[in-house]
Amino acid sequence: MTGPPHAVHLVPALAAWLDPVAALREMWALPFMVNAFRAGTLAAVLAGTAGWFMVARRQTFAGHTLSVVGFPGAAGAVLVGAPVWLGYLGATMLAALALGRTGGRRGEGDGALIGTVQAFALACGFWFVASYSGLLGGTTSLLFGSILGITSGQVTFLAVVTVAALAVLAASGRRLLFVTVDPAVAGARGVGVRRTDVAFLLLLAVAVAATVEVTGALLAFALLVLPAASAQRVTARPATALGLSVLMAATAVWAALTVAFYTPYPFGFWLTTLAFAGYLLAVALDRWHVLTRWRHAWRPSARWRHG
Amino acid sequence: MAPVGPVAARVTGMLSHPFMVHALVAGTAVALVAGPLGYLLVLRGQVFAADALSHVTFTGALAALVAGLDLRLGLLGAGLAGALGLGLLGRRGRPDDVVIGAVFVFVLGLGVLFLSLYSRGRSGGGGTTGVGVLFGSVLGLDAGQATATAVLAGAVLLALAVVGRPLLFATVDEAVAQARGVPVRLLGVAFLGLVGTTAAQATQVVGALLILGLLAAPGGAAARWSARPAVAVPLAAAIAVGSVWVGLGASYALPSMPPSFSVIATATAVYAVTAAVRGIRGGTRRGSVLEATGPH
Repeated sequence: MTGPPHAVHLVPALAAWLDPVAALREMWALPFMVNAFRAGTLAAVLAGTAGWFMVARRQTFAGHTLSVVGFPGAAGAVLVGAPVWLGYLGATMLAALALGRTGGRRGEGDGALIGTVQAFALACGFWFVASYSGLLGGTTSLLFGSILGITSGQVTFLAVVTVAALAVLAASGRRLLFVTVDPAVAGARGVGVRRTDVAFLLLLAVAVAATVEVTGALLAFALLVLPAASAQRVTARPATALGLSVLMAATAVWAALTVAFYTPYPFGFWLTTLAFAGYLLAVALDRWHVLTRWRHAWRPSARWRHG
Repeated sequence: MAPVGPVAARVTGMLSHPFMVHALVAGTAVALVAGPLGYLLVLRGQVFAADALSHVTFTGALAALVAGLDLRLGLLGAGLAGALGLGLLGRRGRPDDVVIGAVFVFVLGLGVLFLSLYSRGRSGGGGTTGVGVLFGSVLGLDAGQATATAVLAGAVLLALAVVGRPLLFATVDEAVAQARGVPVRLLGVAFLGLVGTTAAQATQVVGALLILGLLAAPGGAAARWSARPAVAVPLAAAIAVGSVWVGLGASYALPSMPPSFSVIATATAVYAVTAAVRGIRGGTRRGSVLEATGPH
């Protein structure tokens, strides 16, 4: 191992917490860090929102599969000389349509289909990478992400996708929630349950593709599942939970970028670790009914009964 | 290029390479275990847990490399620890999908840390090792590794034969099994342990990312062809073994195609044909298995 001992790197990291403004100024003096913060924040908003619906619909396995199928898409796009974002988007949407064959909701027969789609997609990715040996070194960065090489064009693309996805969710979020919570009643009321299921998978595919392009598969999945799972433990109210999910995702991204900047350890490790710490905290709060007691203590009025 | 001639001559030619024989032995052993385990995973609705376990072995392998230990020790340790963790987290040994996702994304994050530590230690060699663990290197196995894989697979098969009947009972009708005194939770954890062991040994054959295909596709296809476990279990094993043989043969004929790809592509093709013929939903419901197995 070269370089100074690891403990030495913790000193500037601790100093960054003591003076966050100076730390931000130091980081934002570097254009690649500015783009990392921009892209990370957008990814947090997009994945935090889409992830909350994914968790509520119990589609974590499908979400994981969608985040890894971007890899063969990107590798295939490089192989044929197409734009990489098109590869990501094409692969995730194709996978979403394949998964949508079963209606997309979690069921006993779904696991085999989702697993087969995922393994086949990854096998194709490996073949593409093996055929184009120049990309082999980039495999781990495609899978595990490198948020430090993001261009301004990628940030703009992510921003456009985020705004579009939020607009779609704002327009159809209530219907999606209805279908998620009670598909039988929603169907009886004339809501197209199957169409909504497939439409959500496609939306998730677009959100995942845009996120994976800047963060890699692992971090996209981390942003989808961890903040949403934490928010779900803390509150059952959809609007509060959505806000909390986005807030936790953004906090994890900012904290991880800062710590990764001042320590020699990779951003991916910090993001998953910090977001997982948040999840454990949420589980602990839920397990010991801390929040319920707090609400009872502070809001004993009629507002509580409505919740 | 492969020699031109009748099929038999080609097969003889293929078997004249020791590395091909090792690959066939290890691949067949893993497939014999992966088929039946995959069928049970599909019945139990636990394919995602297998996905998580196979990813966890990646972190274990890299941790072992960083610590300077044997790669296989890390794979097996992580597979078993992951199985125990998932089994204890869930109610009756079946954790919820959100819990699985949250835990395994954290474990993968640790894998990223180990990968960076390892690559830094040996100036950029870690990327290729990581790729080897992720996608397997079946053609690089020596005689000792192939034998070890076969022995371990035999042990898992033996264990599966012992717990198979009560496990199936606990799978198709958990409440009744529990009432009859079947240790449902213990069986669930033991089953995940077998999956973790298989994922660990299979990582060397098809890789941490692709073992899922050898579990899900043959198991899912077999469940759609027959609701009777006595038929579906051997069928799943046969599909998995057939996929390995066809895949290895195809890679021998077309050396530009990695064996991991052709094995998974064959299994996927079997699954796709099954889904097209039998319908995407048919035959995988626990109710139909309960009917087929009759009263207990």
